[in-house]
Amino acid sequence: MKYTEEHEWLLVEGDIVTVGITAHAAEQLGDVVFVELPEVGTEVAKDDEIVVIESVKAASDILAPLDGEVVEVNDAIVNEPSKVNDDPEGEAWFFKLKVSDMSPMDDYMDEAGYKDFIG
Amino acid sequence: MTDLKTTPLTALHESLGAKMVPFAGYLMPVQYPLGVLKEHNHTREKAGLFDVSHMGQVILRAESYAAIAAAFERLVPMDVLGLPEGRQRYGLFTNAAGGIEDDLMFANRGDHLFVVVNAACKDADLARMKAALEPEISVEPVLDRALIALQGPAAEAALEALVPGVAAMRFMDVGTFAWQGAELWISRSGYTGEDGYEISVPEAEAEDFAQALLALEAVEAIGLGARDSLRLEGGLCLYGHDIDTETRPLEAALGWAIQKVRRPGGERAGGFPGAEAVFADLGGAAPRKRVGLRPEGRAPMREGVVLYASAEGGAPIGTITSGGFGPTVNGPVAMGYVAAEFAADGTQIFGELRGKRAPVTVTPLPFVAANFKR
Repeated sequence: MKYTEEHEWLLVEGDIVTVGITAHAAEQLGDVVFVELPEVGTEVAKDDEIVVIESVKAASDILAPLDGEVVEVNDAIVNEPSKVNDDPEGEAWFFKLKVSDMSPMDDYMDEAGYKDFIG
Repeated sequence: MTDLKTTPLTALHESLGAKMVPFAGYLMPVQYPLGVLKEHNHTREKAGLFDVSHMGQVILRAESYAAIAAAFERLVPMDVLGLPEGRQRYGLFTNAAGGIEDDLMFANRGDHLFVVVNAACKDADLARMKAALEPEISVEPVLDRALIALQGPAAEAALEALVPGVAAMRFMDVGTFAWQGAELWISRSGYTGEDGYEISVPEAEAEDFAQALLALEAVEAIGLGARDSLRLEGGLCLYGHDIDTETRPLEAALGWAIQKVRRPGGERAGGFPGAEAVFADLGGAAPRKRVGLRPEGRAPMREGVVLYASAEGGAPIGTITSGGFGPTVNGPVAMGYVAAEFAADGTQIFGELRGKRAPVTVTPLPFVAANFKR
């Protein structure tokens, strides 16, 4: 598992990267009440704002961590946004990207690095 | 955060695990471990305890209530003189242009007028009252008392368990009670749309009193986050957002707060700052109006979202001044100002969110029916 400074977790399986937000991020956001996901088939570039997430407190974005194509999205969290608080690092993944160039993954933090990052 | 003020309940909030944030110069609990959604729902279903000690409590005295009332009416467009002893009323300080300087509660306590004002405005309010009323009226801030709100359908039984007699109070009644030797000033009111009480308690007893309420099964501590979603669903204005120095009472749909006796033709018509400008809005003449707004779908529309008459093009017709997710409504709710021709209930307009316009329906306030014990 890798982590971004935007508090996303990235799970690589072959050329597919599954993206979600960390438990720390979910706690900081508070109760999530709305999620808007990209459409399957969308080509995204690294740092594109592709997810809108709204909690009781504020709106925030989730950025594409890599260039790629959105191949699957988790509609369950659109229908039931509270899942993001209940199981952010499991059931409540956001989207899956098909990625051809995995090299930017090397820049992201490992679990120990992320723990240091959130202090 | 060292220059932030605390309340007599700050240590209690911290011991309960509250997330503390700066608010109006105070360090206040925005939420407890329960979280905003559950805190909101708990208040609607049982009873929530809110620390509102940051608000300003002020006592006005003179040789008679009538003398205080006559003087106070120079500052507010409300019937103060006609308020019976033991009753409270909602009020507004206006400015020379008819704009709202603050909203407040005032109560006839027999030998004095008890006023509660917003935290962010309290220094200015105190200065305003002193400048306009002294020396004939003494204006003294109450600095040694906490203010606690207990709100929700179980508030009556909870407070009655500690303070016998409060169950007999009706909405907007005020009275003096005792709890373990401490003198409590209690009103049956609040700002959540629920039945409940606001309790002024001496600071030395405040924490013990709050603990005694929290020890009851039905009562949970509730933070400012849920207070905001509760008052929004209740259609209640947040000063500095839904009303401010630029908004006049009738634009703000607060005309009901101006009693007949202070209106043109009334026995004590006018005589408050900006009366002419306020009266010019009577009879539906206000150019814009505060309305309830229901965005379609589930995306919240928050303060600052610009409103349009159509899905594309055209000039803005208004702005959202408060908005978010309404847990009881189970969807997004908002309030804002729209040009008068779009203010009718059921009018469909559009709000621009992240560059796209989405439908919004003008909706009667409150979103959640008030549950007061009249």
